[in-house]
Amino acid sequence: MQNRYKIFSLGDAALSIELGNKIDIALNKNVHALAHGIRSAAIDGVKDVIPAYTSVTVVYDIVLLRKKTSSAFEWIKKEIEEVITTSNQQTVTNNNKKIIPVCYDISLGIDLENMAAIKNISVEEIIQLHTGKTYHVYMIGFLPGFAYMGSVHEKLITKRKHQPNLHVAAGSVGIAGEQTGVYPFNSPGGWNIIGRTPLQMFDKNREQPVLLEPGDEIEFKQISLEEFNAYRI
Amino acid sequence: MSITIVKQGLADSLQDIGRFGFQHLGINPNGVMDAVAAQTANALVGNEMNETVIECHFPASAFLFHHTTLVALSGADFKAMVNDIEVAINTPFIIHANNILHFKKRKNKARVYIAVQGGFKIEKWLNSCSTNAKANAGGLFGRFLKKDDVLDLNDQKEYKKLLNDKDVLMMPWKVSVEKLYSTTIEVIKGNEFELLQPSSQQKLIKQKFQISSQSDRMGYRLKAEELFLQKPLEMLSSAVTKGTVQLLPNGQLIVLMADHQTTGGYPRVVHVSNDSFPSLAQMNANDFVQFATISQQEAEDYFIKQQQYLHQLQIACNFRLTEFLQQHVY
Repeated sequence: MQNRYKIFSLGDAALSIELGNKIDIALNKNVHALAHGIRSAAIDGVKDVIPAYTSVTVVYDIVLLRKKTSSAFEWIKKEIEEVITTSNQQTVTNNNKKIIPVCYDISLGIDLENMAAIKNISVEEIIQLHTGKTYHVYMIGFLPGFAYMGSVHEKLITKRKHQPNLHVAAGSVGIAGEQTGVYPFNSPGGWNIIGRTPLQMFDKNREQPVLLEPGDEIEFKQISLEEFNAYRI
Repeated sequence: MSITIVKQGLADSLQDIGRFGFQHLGINPNGVMDAVAAQTANALVGNEMNETVIECHFPASAFLFHHTTLVALSGADFKAMVNDIEVAINTPFIIHANNILHFKKRKNKARVYIAVQGGFKIEKWLNSCSTNAKANAGGLFGRFLKKDDVLDLNDQKEYKKLLNDKDVLMMPWKVSVEKLYSTTIEVIKGNEFELLQPSSQQKLIKQKFQISSQSDRMGYRLKAEELFLQKPLEMLSSAVTKGTVQLLPNGQLIVLMADHQTTGGYPRVVHVSNDSFPSLAQMNANDFVQFATISQQEAEDYFIKQQQYLHQLQIACNFRLTEFLQQHVY
């Protein structure tokens, strides 16, 4: 399935498979296909399969594996190499399309006006550009359910804030570099906040606590402040 | 059957061996910092090794036991007291109903684990009882323990007549796990180790690192002479694990601990081995860490050896406890 890859140790109970070194949707889709392939193979002792931009990490149970082999690392590595050689590239996984309603009112998108000034574009144009694209979820990290999505229109590419906010509200939609994301919790954060969704991105009582998954395709849909407030009641 | 927290400690929480299978959703594993101590405390009261325990830091919570309960402590020695009687760590004891277990003074180490026979009646979240304070889930109300919290226990055996009106009864045996701890922390080389300048590679092993006061269950920040990469490196975020040692842009190291984020984007210079992790978890701010490199194979071998020792210890504990209870309780 993969032409070139590198497998390396990530401590004594995990290893990573690296497929490249840049943010690229095609490459990232291969990452998700590989993660899916490893899960489907139901390899003994595997505790976690974690896709990222360019890599898949597998966390495994040393004690369980050492009952049948003298090196858990070599054993898992061999199993994964087999997954890589036997699966075919077409088995791409998830085609989930999800729509996230976002209110871009400046009372919620606290960095909108500042960003408009820096970028020399109007707030309306920022909203139009941000809602005008489909985004790919490269990976989830930083916080439970925090999806790293990309890429934003080149006019919206904005550096992370030099001075992070101590309190970013849950649901806040931000931009950092070419990435966009939604904060699932109240949290400190350095992304430029352009709006807020009324959706609960994380809910521990849901069977699937997080709303977005690696590999999802996401669109943002503008809602008014009235709709935002109505949604929350 | 329950325990009430009558005094609040510093970030005390319910933990088990951790929550796995959800890291791809950013849900980190959490779990006990010192698995040796947690397993030892469980073995002493006849529990499964991975039963949920209370992890306490100093100053620790005080616990009012509403029912006569079999308890064990392991890990740090915080001078545990039941009224004016000191109770030792690594020995099971029975505390009489309506008495308070409290901790007076930090004699050594950083975290003490409390196991109760039969474990806590706690609802699992995503297959684990570990507290995830960030997601506000798991453990008790997804947070650290507070004054007036009530922890429900599973049924206890009838120990009352054993006590003869005494407040506490220490069992006449103890275990030693001291040989499972070390002041040297074993590490295996990370993917970016070779990208350090040769002098920095040497320093990583030769110099001592001091644990900064900005250290907690998420990570230990270390202080020492700066380490340098051979050339600047832009890395994309990828998964990290408990024990991953990252080189921060300021040349200092951070070790990711039990509450680590699932992903990170800094060079991974080394990883603390699973068998050394409990030793590091028992170090305090201002303590010095000395690293020693071992191979992947050695790391696995040492961990298996540690687990075998704990397994033997569990068999011995069960034997003594069963024998004792048969003589005195049944």
